[in-house]
Amino acid sequence: MSELSVKHLLGIKYLKEQDIQLIFETADNFKEVINRSIKKVPSLRDITIANIFFENSTRTRLSFELAEKRLSADVVNFSASQSSVKKGETLIDTVNNILSMKVDMVVMRHPNPGAGIFLSRHVEASIINAGDGAHEHPTQALLDSYSIREKLGDVAGKNVVIVGDILHSRVALSNIFALKLQGANVKVCGPRTLLPKYIESLGVAVETDLRKALNWCDVANMLRIQNERLDISYFPTTREYTQQFGVNKVLLDSLDKEIVIMHPGPINRGVEITSDVADSKQSIILGQVENGVAIRMAVMYLLASKIK
Amino acid sequence: MSEPMGQKVLLSSKEINIILHRLACQLLENHLDFKNTVLIGLQPRGTYVVQRLDKILREDYGVKHIDVGFLDITFYRDDFRRGDKTLSANQTKIDFLVEDKKVVLIDDVLYTGRSIRAALTAIQSFGRPLEIELLTLIDRRFSRHLPIQPNYRGRQVDAINDEKVKVMWQENDGEDTIYLIDR
Repeated sequence: MSELSVKHLLGIKYLKEQDIQLIFETADNFKEVINRSIKKVPSLRDITIANIFFENSTRTRLSFELAEKRLSADVVNFSASQSSVKKGETLIDTVNNILSMKVDMVVMRHPNPGAGIFLSRHVEASIINAGDGAHEHPTQALLDSYSIREKLGDVAGKNVVIVGDILHSRVALSNIFALKLQGANVKVCGPRTLLPKYIESLGVAVETDLRKALNWCDVANMLRIQNERLDISYFPTTREYTQQFGVNKVLLDSLDKEIVIMHPGPINRGVEITSDVADSKQSIILGQVENGVAIRMAVMYLLASKIK
Repeated sequence: MSEPMGQKVLLSSKEINIILHRLACQLLENHLDFKNTVLIGLQPRGTYVVQRLDKILREDYGVKHIDVGFLDITFYRDDFRRGDKTLSANQTKIDFLVEDKKVVLIDDVLYTGRSIRAALTAIQSFGRPLEIELLTLIDRRFSRHLPIQPNYRGRQVDAINDEKVKVMWQENDGEDTIYLIDR
């Protein structure tokens, strides 16, 4: 297959397994490109991309912007905090105004789940979801799987545990979809209060004992406790969370085998993982960041090729 | 061997071999020990030509070492979004800088010249070459869209636009033959 089955990247849920493979193969080529001394290709020189962020982001936004610039696209940035959204403009109006300036693709982060899907039904441009509330964050899941594939050769058949706040995490949901689609075995681990009811219906197993989960897995994806999303108390104290669900070097070294540690960032050092774990040889956290640019280049290249 | 309808042999295995040796000698004449010269095969099909030439130069003419690379030009093409299909890329493998080197771009068939135009842009990502030459096995003259001509050519062909030149290689297709096919 040489083209994506979708026009937008709204979530992993809408992708097929072949789409993921195509994105990975294309990302391999872009990874080579971004390691050259001159890291730029002219592919998207006649494409304009708007980065619309209704929610704070540093890493994702930077990664998208870098990917766009490495593809030679024209880029406009927009963040809600300095815009007419504050003056009461609706989402469709905001985006249509931007599109009137001849924008071909929109990268959007929004606090409301489904914002990207809603937008894709009402505007002409190609939409890339850069995170919509607690729903999906597809490029993060793609780069996570890509990093696993790079480190372990394949995703299929691997055991992956996602640890932390599964309830509020779009990274967790997108990762579950992506990993299951590629044939990995997935467990989620965290305090009962942060594990959604009926999560098993997505085909994942639940484990509340971190040591058991780590002994089972090949890869542990450690999520951040998103204090900004925790409206009520889900666990007594951060200290208690760390004692039960934080990974430190002693725990890591006491496992039966060497596992790979991932983290989507930003890290709360000393909470979900300690510094010596984050900086250990088993951690591929910085590799994930590098792969993020290659993955986003691949996604935008493949989507742009469908714009006529 | 009988030929399918609308397909004729342009060059046989023996002829290809003679031409490759002649091209190798011409490269040798201009570049001698290849100390400051790199050979770059264009993906996908120029890679076969460059590997053959590398082998001949090393095994038959005693050249000690040649820097050989593969260059993929997909992301530099000027027909992105103009066709129906997404252009899929191949691997680029250039483990050296081309800064101040003599670069010989190598491809199987020179047709419109657009691939070479893209390659001239792409190669700049690996440094500023001292000079760039072009070697093609088949030169389809009278069909150029751009002012690009090869420095070394295997065989010149006056194919009309409806015809296609198909280069087959032992290592990939099971035989060394070049066909001219009616489309």
